[in-house]
Amino acid sequence: MTRRQIKEIGIQRLFFLIAATSIILLAAIAFFLFMEGIPIFQKVSVKDFLFGKYWYPTSDPPDFGILALIIGSLAVTGVSAAVSIPLGVMTALYLAEIATPRFREIAKPLVELLAALPSVVIGFFGMVMVAPFLQRTFGIPTGLNLFNAGLMLAFMSVPTICSISEDAIYSVPTSLKEASLALGATHLETITRVILPASISGVSTAVILGMSRAIGETMVVLMVAGGAAMIPGSLFDPVRPMPASIAAEMAEAPFRGDHYYALFATGIILFLFTFIFNIVADQISHRYRQVGEASL
Amino acid sequence: MENGIKASFVVNKRRKIIQALVFALFRAAAVINGAALLIVVYFMVAKGWRAISWTFLTQPPTDSMTKGGILPCIVGTFLLSVGAMAIAFPIGVASAVYLNEYAKPGKLLRIVRLGINNLAGVPSIVFGLFGLAFFVIYLNFGVSLLAGCLTLAAMSLPVIIGSAEEALKAVPDTYREASLGLGATKWQTIFRVVLPTAMPGILTGGILGISRAAGETAPIMFTAAVFFTPSLPRGVFDEIMALPYHIYVLATAGTHIQETRPLQYGSSLVLIFLVLGMNLAAIIYRARLRKKLG
Repeated sequence: MTRRQIKEIGIQRLFFLIAATSIILLAAIAFFLFMEGIPIFQKVSVKDFLFGKYWYPTSDPPDFGILALIIGSLAVTGVSAAVSIPLGVMTALYLAEIATPRFREIAKPLVELLAALPSVVIGFFGMVMVAPFLQRTFGIPTGLNLFNAGLMLAFMSVPTICSISEDAIYSVPTSLKEASLALGATHLETITRVILPASISGVSTAVILGMSRAIGETMVVLMVAGGAAMIPGSLFDPVRPMPASIAAEMAEAPFRGDHYYALFATGIILFLFTFIFNIVADQISHRYRQVGEASL
Repeated sequence: MENGIKASFVVNKRRKIIQALVFALFRAAAVINGAALLIVVYFMVAKGWRAISWTFLTQPPTDSMTKGGILPCIVGTFLLSVGAMAIAFPIGVASAVYLNEYAKPGKLLRIVRLGINNLAGVPSIVFGLFGLAFFVIYLNFGVSLLAGCLTLAAMSLPVIIGSAEEALKAVPDTYREASLGLGATKWQTIFRVVLPTAMPGILTGGILGISRAAGETAPIMFTAAVFFTPSLPRGVFDEIMALPYHIYVLATAGTHIQETRPLQYGSSLVLIFLVLGMNLAAIIYRARLRKKLG
């Protein structure tokens, strides 16, 4: 082997090592979460931690049950999904299929910029603008609640859902569309019966990633969700999702005390939720990938 | 026969009306999204512009944070985001080079990609916890600029990789073939032909990465940011103030929440201006590049 070849192989190995940084980081994140979170399970069983209804980490004796936090997270994600999925998918369909190039050119950057809005600004907006509005309109005691947080989160996940679905819709082969139109279907029928089914894997991936973003988002739920660690009974109840609990309490939790360990353990649960979402999204996009034109 | 034609005409008309209605609904959805952005920006400008003054941008806060400016926050946010990018950019670009130029399809590539996708999905607060456990405590950096930059760098890595890969993909294969055909090695081809051609697109990704890091709050709240520092940071181990954290604390904690509303609006406006400005520049630049290459 010449020196030149040896150098080439060396460079290739080096690049591989650098590319592995992401995996190493992911593993390190998991490792440190578990290292700092596992000790709580010497005090509380996994079952009591996950299904305990009471989160009173600073009482004496403390209660470390995060069921209300998990339900809080699922509830805000559910509310946000109910808004963001139709909004995101319809926008994607409009931009990819119907919009004039001019409309597209204006609307696409706007959606991209919506994704760029800092979460703390969206949270602040929800606090000072949306909350008083909800309070007045619905005559409720506080505007900082499940509904407000879900709504703000929806506008954070719409760009994710919209841009990934749009790519999927855009890549449906034109021949499928032409065949449908030639058979006499209207444009709408073509969209609902041909284009959407053909791009369903991409659209599902988009929806799951959008929900993953919503469940992990911190600042919005910290500022807008109301912060009560209880299982919500209505859309206008305040909630305390997992990220809000971690962000709000970590500063006060004594270093390597039970409360500190419990917050890291909450981080593990949150990490696992998003990890599962991402694996599922990845599986869907790989398994049902459109191959060639005859796969329908 | 006549009736059949008439009936099918009616059905067709109904189909057309339904289509028009549904398309109007789709259009409304698209308009709502655009409007959401404009409404947020409009409110921040309307409420915040009065707070913006030369003093506000160039002075530290005074009177226990109720008056004065936000200079330390602007400096802190600048240092954090640029520092994060200085770390993440080379790693991200090199990862993208591996993925696009060297890697062959197979299990290994699948795992690397899965790792990157999952890293992109890790919640920002979990990055905060990781930064606290690893950089602040384990490596003993303390709550510092360095720990914050490293945490933000880890978080923006997937963004950089994604946009760098897109830029590398846009380089036509003929460029590579021409270079290899002239006897250049793979590395020479990448370094002298592919990277320079893709560089504008890669840099656009870098700008997006900086803007993303500048707007993040959760990853820095345990690792770098404090509510108040008496002076501007002098070294990488100093605690710092940062715009997003400043907004959060002013808006939610303390005894002067109502009094400091103008400061909160003003700080939000500055943050929006910085972040959206960088994004807009990147988007416009990228659109031009696409026209040129396509």
